[in-house]
Amino acid sequence: MAIKYFAAICIGSTVTEMKIFEWGGKKAMREVERISVRMTLGLDVYKNGRISSAHIEELCQVLRDFIQVMESYRVDAHKVCATSAFRESRNLPIIQDYIEKQTGLKIDVLSNSEQRFVDYKSIASVSAEFEKIIQSPAAIVDIGGSSMQISLFDKDKLITTQNIRIGSVTTRERLAPYVKNSEHFEELVTDLLGHELSGFGKLYQKDRQIRNLIVIGGNLLELMGPYRLQDKRITAVTKKQFQSVYEFVVGLSQDQISEQYNISFDLTGPIVPSAIFSRCLMENLGAETIWLPDYSLCDGLAYDYGVKNRYLKNCHNFEEDIIAAARSIAKRYKCSQAHIKNLEELALLVFDRMKKVHGMGKRERLLLQISVILHNCGKFISLEDVSECAFNIIMATEIIGLSHAEREMIAYTVKFNTSPFEYYDDLSAKTGITRSQYMIVAKLTAILRMVNALDRTHHQKCKNVTAVLKERTLKITVTSQEDLTLEAGTFNEKAEFFEEIFNVHPVFKQRKQI
Amino acid sequence: MSEFDFGKPEYFTNRECSWLGFNSRVLSEARDKSLPLLERLKFLSITSSNLDEFFMIRVASLKDMVHAKYTKKDIAGMTPQEQLVVIAEKAHELVNMQYSTYNRSLLPQMKQAGLEIVTEHEKMTEAQMEYADKYFEENVYPVLTPMAMDPSRPFPLVRNKTLNIGALISKKGEKGKAEFATVQVPSVLPRIVRLPVEDGSKVCVILLEQLIERNIDKLFLNYDVVCAYPYRIMRNADLSYDEDEAADLLKEIQKQLKKRQWGEVIRLEIEEKMNPKLLKILRSEFHVKDDDIYEISGPLDLTFLMKLYGTEGMEEHRYEPYRPQPVPGMNDEEDIFTQIRKGDILLHHPYMTFEPVVQFVKQAAADPDVLAIKQTLYRVSGNSPIVAALAQAAENGKQVSVLVELKARFDEENNIIWAKMLEKAGCHVIYGLLGLKTHSKITLVVRREEDGIRRYVHLGTGNYNDSTAKLYTDCGILTCSEPIGEDATAVFNMLSGYSEPKRWNRLVLAPIWMRSGFMRLIQRETEHAKAGEPARIIAKMNSLCDKEIIEALYEASAAGVEIDLIVRGICCLKTGIPKVSEHIRVRSIVGNFLEHARIFYFRNGGDEEFYMASADWMPRNLDKRVEILFPIESPEICERVRHILQIQLDDNVKAHILQPDGSYEKIDKRGKTLLCAQDYFCEEAKRLAKTEPAGLKSHVFIPAERVED
Repeated sequence: MAIKYFAAICIGSTVTEMKIFEWGGKKAMREVERISVRMTLGLDVYKNGRISSAHIEELCQVLRDFIQVMESYRVDAHKVCATSAFRESRNLPIIQDYIEKQTGLKIDVLSNSEQRFVDYKSIASVSAEFEKIIQSPAAIVDIGGSSMQISLFDKDKLITTQNIRIGSVTTRERLAPYVKNSEHFEELVTDLLGHELSGFGKLYQKDRQIRNLIVIGGNLLELMGPYRLQDKRITAVTKKQFQSVYEFVVGLSQDQISEQYNISFDLTGPIVPSAIFSRCLMENLGAETIWLPDYSLCDGLAYDYGVKNRYLKNCHNFEEDIIAAARSIAKRYKCSQAHIKNLEELALLVFDRMKKVHGMGKRERLLLQISVILHNCGKFISLEDVSECAFNIIMATEIIGLSHAEREMIAYTVKFNTSPFEYYDDLSAKTGITRSQYMIVAKLTAILRMVNALDRTHHQKCKNVTAVLKERTLKITVTSQEDLTLEAGTFNEKAEFFEEIFNVHPVFKQRKQI
Repeated sequence: MSEFDFGKPEYFTNRECSWLGFNSRVLSEARDKSLPLLERLKFLSITSSNLDEFFMIRVASLKDMVHAKYTKKDIAGMTPQEQLVVIAEKAHELVNMQYSTYNRSLLPQMKQAGLEIVTEHEKMTEAQMEYADKYFEENVYPVLTPMAMDPSRPFPLVRNKTLNIGALISKKGEKGKAEFATVQVPSVLPRIVRLPVEDGSKVCVILLEQLIERNIDKLFLNYDVVCAYPYRIMRNADLSYDEDEAADLLKEIQKQLKKRQWGEVIRLEIEEKMNPKLLKILRSEFHVKDDDIYEISGPLDLTFLMKLYGTEGMEEHRYEPYRPQPVPGMNDEEDIFTQIRKGDILLHHPYMTFEPVVQFVKQAAADPDVLAIKQTLYRVSGNSPIVAALAQAAENGKQVSVLVELKARFDEENNIIWAKMLEKAGCHVIYGLLGLKTHSKITLVVRREEDGIRRYVHLGTGNYNDSTAKLYTDCGILTCSEPIGEDATAVFNMLSGYSEPKRWNRLVLAPIWMRSGFMRLIQRETEHAKAGEPARIIAKMNSLCDKEIIEALYEASAAGVEIDLIVRGICCLKTGIPKVSEHIRVRSIVGNFLEHARIFYFRNGGDEEFYMASADWMPRNLDKRVEILFPIESPEICERVRHILQIQLDDNVKAHILQPDGSYEKIDKRGKTLLCAQDYFCEEAKRLAKTEPAGLKSHVFIPAERVED
């Protein structure tokens, strides 16, 4: 394979960074350039709700410089992402448009769950250790400037991911007026986070002991000099080792840290708050090892790009993680596992057979599967108003790996499963969903409605099902000895909508074996 | 840490005194009868320009301190005022020595060799006088501007560093009422005027001021010229301060700025036996103290001697010019990148040619696989092939970033001109960093190869200047080591205003990490000594005057570390102090080439480490500049660097050894085989260049012979 180059740019809340990666050379994936500049956009947003125009100008200049460097490497592709500072800036559309016009770069503003997913990919992708670590219960904590994200894993599956609005920059800002000294700061932060964590623990951790804690962000790796191994990009520190570093560092000023550890002053800001967070998490979760990976969002973006273009082998199935996350949400809302399982098979079967007609791809298939998994969660709240409740639950629950738009599409698909379908003109009045996203919702809804009919009774009577598309007819044949009157009846009701969407007439047939 | 105080002032030499000592060592070359005559003239000229610079920078700033009532003591416990007193005394001694060398030794020998300087215009022959007067009228007279002082005209402005003739004149017929007049010896005309001689094989010259003196009455027509003598002043007019000065001093001076005596005269040079009345006028008009007046028994400003160095037809009185040799192991057939990939390459200038460095940039500019070239430039020669190659590279579509240091002393104007030219060609030019001089010498070439990005780096101890590379001894390496390449990229990102990397692989940079890096290396040696292991440091540099480093060296010596220092110039460290520096030896090599390399060796318990750097152990290098310290990684090159250091330690011809009393003495050569390190390296380079490059096949085709039947 010819050598390929990719530039990843991340506009973070404290640092704007570009990395250039190489594939097909000496290493599977190699970082060949890293340029970063400290720009506290997050602080602007935290204080004034928007990014200052001085920073916008500076950012444009930096991006123009980055473009030059990119061009000098003759990169094949690039991607620019922005995270919380942009996401939370009130004037996002304005600045985004301005910067895009000024620099010619297209900026993807990642939702929180997308961002965390990429972060998570960055670790999962490149370190072989990762698969081992998450075999036993593990947590990934991503410490940002204004919030932190905690994701729990058990037996290599993601259980949940939650955002806690305590971050390394904002904590300092918030507590500054009250803090007397460094010990007092430590106490206050521990109290603040401890409270949040006890709630989290009751809900998700239950009686599991989370042995491994993976900490992203916070620059703690810079303190771990003696424990770092040369060629490992993830460093393991035992509880005891961490404790000794912690005790030393917690009382130091930024200047002292910079001097003691021989690191740039710019990197020292988040260190003390992050150390306190990590210790607090370690105590609360019962962690025995802290893992500190040496990656940033850029690595995740590059990994994503590399896998998409088959420069790299995918070493971890991330779709499985998204599905697992959806399943654990379904479990929380006590959805019938058997019903879901049956429906998943049916829905995906129909999806696959109808491919020529609907023209949707792998990602939409995943959205369909998640819609199926979550279609019944509204029942947990009310049997009366299932669709509206399900819609609200989905809109309020983060699913790692899905963008906000994708989550909204799922929520509508689930909603329209039981409540009347709304046409674009009506729907677009309420939401920012685009026309093409709307079409996906319509198609997924049609499939979900129809297969849902096949298990109307929730008894999984339709097990041996085949589906054949012949011209404008989709023939669904169920081999069953049971009475399928109810199923057949509902099926025909839903068939009308299916036909409206796909122009294909679905036919239900029961074959009784003798 | 030890309790002992290694920082006592008596353990240090004042840096100005040490510098004057260095200039005396240069002067001793001028006095060395074993040197060819013109070489000796050159050295004498150098001591003169050195001393001028010293006054302009160092003495001027000490004077400023005194005016600002800044009394903080230096490393050796001396106040600025005390230093000025000592400087005046030593500078007078030095000047006396310069002129006794000139008058007693050089002038007679020059005459013998057929190069005569007519010291007084009265001594010219008739024919010469006639020629001289004609020359004066045609060339000199039109550009002279005589100025007189009388009650209606104030004392004229006499410009810094210019040579002038002061005269007392009185109106014709009004004897006794003398007035002051002055005329500048025009700097647009050559100082040396060649006179006609009967014997065509000889050269006879006279200095311009003599011609003016001879004809001075033509300038003041209605006056009688009572007397006329040359004089020269040096003013404190330089706005630039030495980076070495403490920040609090700069603040203090800023506060006192209004009080600062603009253009204060800090040195007045006059011809010996100047008319006391004339001297009195100069002294009071220039407000100079007796200490700052230098009575000179000879021509003022000896830098003109450099012009005589190239006198035609006197080849036997100069060293045969040395031609830098090809670098052993390198060839012209393969491109330079292929050669670097085979292994790191050591360059030792001027013994080896600077050409590979020029080729490195030239080939990079033309190579289609090269993506980017980045370089720091400090002082570049006038018509630099490197600058031309960089411009070409930008025109070829490469990304070219050049950091041009505009703060390089005395070179500002020159630098701006070609920096503009580079910008025009499309290079990204960075004009230095705020408050920091970029003194590091590094070039990075990024190349896209079959197996991915590869970075080639040149790191050196000397400037990218192909002219000085023939005169200064410097070292450099060419490497494509990945960790160094990554660091080099980070250096340039940092210099472009981006964040420093999270960590450095190999390079150590000033002003942030180098001081602590050196301290760690020295202290590690101390630890080894304390643990009873043999411990050794060899360090070669231009100047050593950093207190913290010297204290660390004292501590190391006290712990038993054997320390050899090869310090060409200033050295504030003292040797032979009981229990402090008994294990430290300092030598200074002053030779035909200017010793300029910085090399460091640490024994490190047997796991030896060699480094090179762009920095000296001076506060300004460690704290106020961007400098790079780089390790030598190739074992083979380490051995060669060890050899370079060893030869310099074995030098017994040009080496001066620092004595416990602060003086330097040459080694007693009796019974020893003479070894001059610079000559040795010249010969060695010639020898090595002859041996065929390793691994290169001969390109001689052997014709098949006809088969005899």
